[in-house]
Amino acid sequence: MGTRDVLVFVLLSILSASALSDLVILKCDRRIDLRTHIVRVSTSLKVENIGPAGVSEFLLTVPNFQAQNLAYLMASSYEGHGKSKGSVVNLSANLVQRDGMPPDITVYSVSLPKELGKGESLTFDILSVFTHSLKPFPEEITQADIQLVVYQDGAYYLSPYEVKVQSLSVQAPSPRVEFYTKLPNVKLVDSEIKYGPYDNLPPFSFTPIIVHFENNRPFAVVKKLVREIEISHWGNVQVTEHYCLVHGGARNKGGFSRKYRIEYQARPDIRGAASFRHLTARLPPRAHSIYYRDQIGNISTSNLWADSRKTELRIEPRYPLFGGWKTDFTIGYGLPLQDFLFESEGKLVLNFSFGCPIDEVVIDNLVVKAGTSTSKLQVVLPEGSKDMFAHIPFDTNQRGEVKFSHLDFFGRPVVVLEKENVVPEHNQHFQVYYKFNCLSMLQEPLMLISGFFLFFIACIVFKHMDISISKSSSAYIAKLQWDEVIMK
Amino acid sequence: MAETVSASIMKPDLFKFSMRNLKLKTKQQELLTRFAILLFVYVLAFVVRLFSVLRYESMIHEFDPYFNYRTTVYLTENGFYDFWNWFDFESWYPLGRIIGGTLYPGLMVTAASIYRLLRFLSFAVHIREVCVLTAPFFASNTTLVAYFFGKELWDSGAGLVAAALIAICPGYISRSVAGSYDNEGVAIFALLLTFFLFVKAVNTGSLAWSLASAFAYFYMVSAWGGYIFIINLIPLYVLVLLITGRYSMRLYIAYNSMYILGMLLAMQIRFVGFQHVQSGEHMAAMGVFFLMQVFYFVDWIKYLLNDTKLFQAFLRVTVTCAVAVGGLALGVGMASGYISPWTGRFYSLLDPTYAKDHIPIIASVSEHQPTAWSSFMFDYHILLILFPAGLYYCFKRLSDATIFIVLYGLTSLYFAGVMVRLILVATPAVCLISAIAVSASLKNLTTLGLLDSSLPFQRDGAIALLMAAFFLLSRYVIHCTWVTSEAYSSPSIVLAARGAHGGRVIFDDYREAYFWLRENTPPDAKVMSWWDYGYQITAMGNRTVIVDNNTWNNTHIATVGRAMSSYEHEAYEIMQSLDVDYVLVVFGGVTGYSSDDINKFLWMVRIGGGVFPVIKESDYLVNGEYRVDKGAAPKMLNCLMYKLCYYRFGELHTEYGRPSGWDRARGVEIGNKDVKLEYLEEAYTTSNWIIRIYKVKPPSNSHRISV
Repeated sequence: MGTRDVLVFVLLSILSASALSDLVILKCDRRIDLRTHIVRVSTSLKVENIGPAGVSEFLLTVPNFQAQNLAYLMASSYEGHGKSKGSVVNLSANLVQRDGMPPDITVYSVSLPKELGKGESLTFDILSVFTHSLKPFPEEITQADIQLVVYQDGAYYLSPYEVKVQSLSVQAPSPRVEFYTKLPNVKLVDSEIKYGPYDNLPPFSFTPIIVHFENNRPFAVVKKLVREIEISHWGNVQVTEHYCLVHGGARNKGGFSRKYRIEYQARPDIRGAASFRHLTARLPPRAHSIYYRDQIGNISTSNLWADSRKTELRIEPRYPLFGGWKTDFTIGYGLPLQDFLFESEGKLVLNFSFGCPIDEVVIDNLVVKAGTSTSKLQVVLPEGSKDMFAHIPFDTNQRGEVKFSHLDFFGRPVVVLEKENVVPEHNQHFQVYYKFNCLSMLQEPLMLISGFFLFFIACIVFKHMDISISKSSSAYIAKLQWDEVIMK
Repeated sequence: MAETVSASIMKPDLFKFSMRNLKLKTKQQELLTRFAILLFVYVLAFVVRLFSVLRYESMIHEFDPYFNYRTTVYLTENGFYDFWNWFDFESWYPLGRIIGGTLYPGLMVTAASIYRLLRFLSFAVHIREVCVLTAPFFASNTTLVAYFFGKELWDSGAGLVAAALIAICPGYISRSVAGSYDNEGVAIFALLLTFFLFVKAVNTGSLAWSLASAFAYFYMVSAWGGYIFIINLIPLYVLVLLITGRYSMRLYIAYNSMYILGMLLAMQIRFVGFQHVQSGEHMAAMGVFFLMQVFYFVDWIKYLLNDTKLFQAFLRVTVTCAVAVGGLALGVGMASGYISPWTGRFYSLLDPTYAKDHIPIIASVSEHQPTAWSSFMFDYHILLILFPAGLYYCFKRLSDATIFIVLYGLTSLYFAGVMVRLILVATPAVCLISAIAVSASLKNLTTLGLLDSSLPFQRDGAIALLMAAFFLLSRYVIHCTWVTSEAYSSPSIVLAARGAHGGRVIFDDYREAYFWLRENTPPDAKVMSWWDYGYQITAMGNRTVIVDNNTWNNTHIATVGRAMSSYEHEAYEIMQSLDVDYVLVVFGGVTGYSSDDINKFLWMVRIGGGVFPVIKESDYLVNGEYRVDKGAAPKMLNCLMYKLCYYRFGELHTEYGRPSGWDRARGVEIGNKDVKLEYLEEAYTTSNWIIRIYKVKPPSNSHRISV
């Protein structure tokens, strides 16, 4: 981190003289949540326009070393003022290129809900989610060790605007914090490190901080996830999810022993604390025909709890995952069609959730579904669908494919959506619109019927055909006689 | 009133009219019944083999099927030519294996063709499902062949009974349950089809049938090494017919065309190659072929000469010449090495004690053990009693066809007694002969009981006997179903046991370990294990193995056996020379799983010692006794296998009320509880300790510096 940040810092201090606009941040509160291996930074800002002209955009700056891990960015403001918070308004944040910015900075532009006139102020929140930002240190641990990780960030809010008052709090998972950068006005309370408040800092102020702490939460990283949603108009939505799961924490070294495992099962705090055994997937209610398998067969270690509101599947990989170990598996389930398919303006709409169902801390603290590096989502529509397009609340790559399955003639159209760096915050609904003629449903049964019909016709024709070469051979005469006997 | 009366008059008329239309003629009825029964048997044969899918899952079973599955997947992915030319680097490291030239491709090609056909018909099936269901599908087809064969031998009644008997006979089911994707699954079908078509050819003298039987023989050769049985049984049968004076033109046509064409076709299989003209095992067929020509020639001369005395003289000269020429040719062939002598496997078939003394690697395989009486009872049940009765009927109505089935039954039953796995080959014959017994007896009993009543109590006696037969047959059905569900439907990859509370406990350790290997070791890692697990490691673990179940190189296996039975530092040198990265052992001490490596260990010692005399079996025994507790031999307590199995086991409490380090598979407290490993480290152990994987440490730097 060192040289890069110092460079940033130097560049920033040169540029700091020229303010970019007339905005000033009156108050900035940042909370960094390090309790799981997904880093969530929530920032609440109060901005005031001190210049003469109206301003309608606000610039967010993120250092490049963080921006490459930025999975999710969301700005929201509240209608109304003061404590009485009204409805939430989501503000769009877009990646932009700006001249005059230091090179090691990525800039996002947030358009404000209304133009900010002179002297007016606005409060809004920004949630940014980072993946792969906790680096294990040491990088290799033995089975018996706890896992220590390092997090780096700036002590001050990096902004092109002047910040009047700001504070930062870093929430570690446990009070075991090995090290944190000592600055004035810093204290460690329980498991929370508080920096600030700091007053009147010029634009682009930056001071790196490092936190080194224990984090034994499962570093579950799905390297590649392919979700396939297949619609059948006979009443079923079949979901198949292929996972390639890795423990992204400190690599395991010095072998593995069941002896430790047995002790671990009794006293999990002592042995192998950084490993994890199971994950929980929250499937939609009324999911049925659930299976859990991999390339070499069914995996028998899974449990299912289902009621009318949810279906909870607890899956256990074939082996406990230690740092650096990986596993592949597939989950599949069927869902009733009427829960997800609707009709609007002559088109059919599939409304389905984008992210993967494996859950975060909500249910089981051991189970954290992390950033999926590459997530591929395929929506397989029935044969004969036309004019499809997908509507997703955030940026994805979208393309079309054709898939051949049972009794297909032309193939089924597939809408493929691809997205990198997916976190649980992406678990939002998306819609696929398409047109479908219900008569196409009958195509496959008719094909089967006609197939069998032709087969029987062929049999009958064959039975009545005389294909013998010689009409005078003894075998032929014997056959004729036999037929006669049968007919009597 | 009038209304009702007229209606009552009308009714019978209508009824009669419709019934007359619907009523089938007797022959048609019989045909319909026969067809329905056959269809039922066909479905039954398939369904009864699905126990394993219902109890466990749709998966490939045991050891060899995993190799077949792997090659089939390769075939479907890369096409036939790549498959034919496939050199496999993943097994027999560092030698490799020429897959295309060392396997019988019939099974893989069959499954791949079925897969292609289904794909063509736009059924999106997975190749695994096709492989799992191949054996049941062919078992169903076998019932059809059995029906036609029975019909050819006796009558259609015997055919139906034969189809029904073979559909559920445990001797056949043991090798053809769903998931048992092995050569035998299709080979028994091919074997019976060849025999049926040949008998049909002999009966009709038709060229078409004999050509058909040649093609069936070709399919059999492409599918299984057991074709040797056909190529020796058919000449034997022909010889018997010749000796008993049943030589006929029909036989001449059938045998010659079948032999010549079958031989030429069989040469197309690379693994078989020119064996039909070069190997000692195939010479009987060739000898009989020439004998047939002599016979034909002599017959022709006899017809030309028309003089008994002259013919006698001629016969003497020809026979002497023929025998002399044949003997000389064989002698020269053997001496010059053109004709290879009989292989050890063939010898061990003829002489059950041969393998035990000479080839430990054959004797070590459990399915090569001599058959116990109980397994005959287990696999045949009432057929054991019916078989002699059937033989009696066959002798009573001797024909070319019944002579064949008698010969087939007697020879195959002998081989079944030599090796457990050959019960399978005898099963069709036993079923057919028993079917003749059942069908003929039932027919006799019904005639006695219903039509003829000349003797007192004849009717009652016949009915009682019929009831008894029904009882016996229903016992057979019950037995077969029970055996199939309890004994033959276990995949042996997944082990199931009853838990303390009566629930089913699944031990899925094999796949746990193989999947761990697949995901968490370098892709080019070499795994050393005993050869039993080689196929599974390459198929499921996708890693290179040193030896596998294709036991073609005895020295290589002996090297692994030597490594396992040496001290750790000696074994380390062997493992270094073989580039071994991981060592895998199977250990049942925690679960009480008895077919583990410690129980197989003496075979490793024997096979290792057979090639490397440094390894002596007596070093591992105490007074001729094999033990692992405190009284074990010191070499045993410190050899690599012992250390790998019992590493850290001494600290573990396996059973309540027993000391730590209690081995549940052998019921003893182990002798060396403080196992230290110097050159290996534990890499993974499965949840029930059934499979333990160790990583071979790289050579230490300090050692090199000090030198």
